[in-house]
Amino acid sequence: MTETLPGAGVPNPLDEAAITAAVDQAVAAIAAASTLDELKAVRLAHTGEKSALSLANRGIGGLPKDQKAAAGKLMGASRGRVNKALADRTAELEAENDARILVEETVDVTAAPRRRRAGSRHPLSTLQERVADIFVGMGWEIAEGPEVESEWFNFDALNFKPDHPAREMQDTFFVEPPEAHLLMRTHTSPVQVRSMLERELPIYVLCPGKVFRTDELDATHTPVFHQFEGLAIDKKLSMADLRGTLEHFARQMFGDEAQIRLRPNYFPFTEPSAELDIWHPGAKGGPGWIEWGGCGMVNPNVLRAAGIDPDIYSGFAFGMGIERTLMFRNEVGDMRDMIEGDVRFSEHFGMEI
Amino acid sequence: MRIPISWLREFAQVPAGATAEDVMADLVKVGFEEEAVHRPTDTLQGPIVVGQVLSIVKEPQTNGKTINWCQVRVVPDGQPQSLTGEGIDPSGVQGIICGAHNFVAGDKVVVTLPGAVLPGDFRISARQTYGHLSAGMIASVRELGIGEDHDGILVLARIGLDPEIGTDAMELLGLYDQAAEINVTPDRGYAFSLRGVAREYAHATGTSFTDPASRVQAPVELAGGFGVKLNDGAPIYGKPGCDRFVARTVRGVDAAKPTPPWMTSRLRLAGVRSISLPVDISNYVMLELGQPIHCYDLDKLSGDIVVRRAVAGEKITTLDGKERALDAEDLLITDGSGAIGVAGVMGGAATEVSDSTTSILVEAAHFDEVSIGRSRRRHKLPSEASKRFERGVDWHMAGIAAQRVVDLLVELAGGTADEAGTDVGTAPDAVSITLPAGFAAARIGIDFTEEQIVTSLEDLGAVVEKNGTAAGLCYDVTAPSWRNDLETPEDLTEEIARLVGYDKIPATLPVAPPGRGLTRVQLQRRRLVQALAASGLTEVLAYPFVSKAANDTFGVATEGAPHKSLKLANPISEEQGYLRTSILPGLIEVAKRNHSRGFRDLALFEAGLVFLPGETLGTASIPPLGAKPSDEVLDALYDGVPDQPLYLAAVLTGHETTAAAGHTPRAWDWADALDIARTAGDVLGVEIVISQGRHQAFHPGRAAQLALRTGEVVGYAGELHPKLLAAHDMPPRSVAVEFNADALFDAAADVIVARHISTYPVATQDVALVVPQEVPAEEVLAALREGAGGLLEDVALFDVYAGKGIEDGKKSLAFSLRFRAGDRTLTADEASVARESAVALTHERFGAVQR
Repeated sequence: MTETLPGAGVPNPLDEAAITAAVDQAVAAIAAASTLDELKAVRLAHTGEKSALSLANRGIGGLPKDQKAAAGKLMGASRGRVNKALADRTAELEAENDARILVEETVDVTAAPRRRRAGSRHPLSTLQERVADIFVGMGWEIAEGPEVESEWFNFDALNFKPDHPAREMQDTFFVEPPEAHLLMRTHTSPVQVRSMLERELPIYVLCPGKVFRTDELDATHTPVFHQFEGLAIDKKLSMADLRGTLEHFARQMFGDEAQIRLRPNYFPFTEPSAELDIWHPGAKGGPGWIEWGGCGMVNPNVLRAAGIDPDIYSGFAFGMGIERTLMFRNEVGDMRDMIEGDVRFSEHFGMEI
Repeated sequence: MRIPISWLREFAQVPAGATAEDVMADLVKVGFEEEAVHRPTDTLQGPIVVGQVLSIVKEPQTNGKTINWCQVRVVPDGQPQSLTGEGIDPSGVQGIICGAHNFVAGDKVVVTLPGAVLPGDFRISARQTYGHLSAGMIASVRELGIGEDHDGILVLARIGLDPEIGTDAMELLGLYDQAAEINVTPDRGYAFSLRGVAREYAHATGTSFTDPASRVQAPVELAGGFGVKLNDGAPIYGKPGCDRFVARTVRGVDAAKPTPPWMTSRLRLAGVRSISLPVDISNYVMLELGQPIHCYDLDKLSGDIVVRRAVAGEKITTLDGKERALDAEDLLITDGSGAIGVAGVMGGAATEVSDSTTSILVEAAHFDEVSIGRSRRRHKLPSEASKRFERGVDWHMAGIAAQRVVDLLVELAGGTADEAGTDVGTAPDAVSITLPAGFAAARIGIDFTEEQIVTSLEDLGAVVEKNGTAAGLCYDVTAPSWRNDLETPEDLTEEIARLVGYDKIPATLPVAPPGRGLTRVQLQRRRLVQALAASGLTEVLAYPFVSKAANDTFGVATEGAPHKSLKLANPISEEQGYLRTSILPGLIEVAKRNHSRGFRDLALFEAGLVFLPGETLGTASIPPLGAKPSDEVLDALYDGVPDQPLYLAAVLTGHETTAAAGHTPRAWDWADALDIARTAGDVLGVEIVISQGRHQAFHPGRAAQLALRTGEVVGYAGELHPKLLAAHDMPPRSVAVEFNADALFDAAADVIVARHISTYPVATQDVALVVPQEVPAEEVLAALREGAGGLLEDVALFDVYAGKGIEDGKKSLAFSLRFRAGDRTLTADEASVARESAVALTHERFGAVQR
């Protein structure tokens, strides 16, 4: 690799031509080195202790005093050239090497394994939270209550007369023994009664939660489902306030285009009562009215049960099903998907709704 | 309630050509929801005509059957066949093969001609069969979809008809009619009648209404009829069970006469099966006027009728042939022989009208809603009559309806009505309501005009009188006798709003007072559930219904320890008849379901209520409605409701992730279950104290008890018991955790006090301690912490070793201790002294020796 081998002849440090030739040789060898290892060998050969230039340099000591300066100058410049060439080439080769390593380290990022499990919320839970947040934003509070209830809170306090057919239409799960008058709440309305008994007036509460009816599970029924009910008790509330609240909520939930419709209906705990339909422009099978829930002005007997004077206060209430809302909002076709706990159902929604 | 449109048209202005859908679209505006459409022509199409059988040739077949080769005239003799098409014989006589034998030549029958379509998409065409070209069919009621009787073909003479040949049989049998089925809310009993619905239709469309009652000429007074006594010894809520009983007598009736097709057609569309002429008439009048009717065979009655409560041990055999033991609260119709009917619910078999009946006693009575409802529930006997009585029937309709039945029996059954009749009872007071002038406006938010108020109420049938009182202007409203749902100004308000139209209600948004946002517990719950989902768990929601065995295993730590759970009186399945005391059984079911669908790596969790009954269960009685109970009564109600804390549970099975290129997934193990509890503690800022635990559902050596600082046990975590996993068909080594989330919420500090962060250098010292195998690492760590004193910033267990170099029955625990002072740089000596003091305490407590 090098033509200047030890003993091949030591150039005279004053022989400019010979020194230049040795330098040129060294520079050429440096340029020719294609790896850092080769460069190291070149460096040893041309700048090592036994290299021509080193030996020539050492020869300066033996020169007469008056020649030393000239020789020193020549040798200094020559070695400077070689060192610069070495440094430059080292930098070049190091850069090349770094770049090559990075290229070699390339991976297929599309084959990355999923090392951590992605968890998910159940959409019935997240939808309840979303509904709650809308009402909290309106200054309402969220009220909750037990799922096994006293019959009084579930029926009598809500003006269900003991022998009225409406009471049977609730398909109630009763808890044994029957003499204890306990049942699984058939709606979240008992929470309204508890709120009226426990809170200061005026009251603006939303009551989300699980409710129970003795329906067999099929594509559109489930014995366990979720509701959210709203209750407002204040001075001078009217059905127009009910409509305004529902309209505001519908728009928060479904966008500014959302419209609602009220139709007469009957519930023991409200008078007047209404069925609430929502206009669903994105419904499968074309835009249309979808039955969403019930609502009305709180029956004075319900206020009286909570010790509220119906001559001073009035109120409105409404209730909708979470499952039903999820069905038409998120196009869930089968109730069983929400119930069975198939992980694909929750995981598709992730943490969102 | 099903409303035949032709019938509705008799009393309301239904436009010609209006469909059932059109009628429903109008009725929904006044509060009657659409249910269904019943329209024979949806499945039945002509040509279907009256034909006369000219000749029958009986042709025995090799299979033993005999078929009839019939010539049937379908166009009057001498007239041309106007129909054309394949299989229509221009001669007006069709050759038809028929397998039935219940007719003879000369009979008039219904012929479905080629081109007709019958229910079930049965298309009639001329076809080659039994060696003839059979061009049409002689139809039975079943084939026409108008009855179940398939004994043979419909011979028109047997239903009293002798129409001209070629007559459109669909018209003749009322098959072009249709019915709208609407849902009637339980407060509107009056709408279980054409009378009620026609009035509502008039409200909805702003058209006129003819009261069907106004067409009946009933005598003002009745006397001298069948003896009836109202003798209720035990009225419910002080209301007599029967406050009116009208009885009329019709003699010389031919009960076997067929019911005319116009009536059977309407009954069928209304969902009522035709039984016999007298019964059909009773049902027809009930549907028209809303008054249930009962007909007795007069000759089977003995002595006067007495309406009274049952006595102990009394029995009756009802019309459905069942013997029923009666309750002392049941209201009965009795005669000299005993009970002949459960009032308003079902008549007795002994006095039933039959084909041979000639004299009929017609009953039109008025019964108490509650009494009828209780009897119906007690005997599980829902009937068209009880449905109406329970919801309330117009007291004034009894006499009119009885007259209408009498008229129809005379007209259709050839009877003669007795002049004498019975009408006993006392009319209830009319309900009078005072409606302050501004009341409805304030409740609805519409400034109703006086005309709107008065007209709406008068349209309903109310009498309205305007009155000025000291308190201001008001309306004195007398509710119509058929509207037992109208009692309060609120009820009238709904009626005014309903008739003016709910779509007229404006929208205003009330402003709630400043709220407090979500409560702390609500926020804690969200944070917890969100954190677990974010850490890789999947939230599911299982049913709370479990078996007793599941509660006994998962709901209590020690096998066989006393454990209460709530049982449902009427569960969906007896097997899962209890309410959960643990979330885990539901989660295991969900895990299994996912397994069966091919998902084996699962991390499922649920946060939900469990039901933990205490000593007090409910209350023996409940207070009445419409009044606030006393504080004592309310407290008892609250106390009687069982404790229902929020529990959180998770089940992990299989691997943390699914296998992937370059990644070997880790199998879930017991420590992952503990980690979920720790995560919960971290998220809520609550220290979870872990110790070796025992719970029958868990592996005895791999279960942790989870407790609060106070010592309160809040749950368990670890590997599920191998036997339990095998019994539940779950993969071995599945792990679980369950804890009382409410207890954690409670334990969380309201305010977290900050700690001083020292920036002086850290001094780390490691120590390996040899202790007996059974000493829990957690306790050694606690001793180190305690012994090291205030300079210790943190301590962590970084290695557990047993084996070579360590005495049998011992283990080496290696801890890393981090020391730091808040105010200076620690010297090596200071750290060493603290370490030695820590080690000394472990020696004292556990005999720990430094390795």
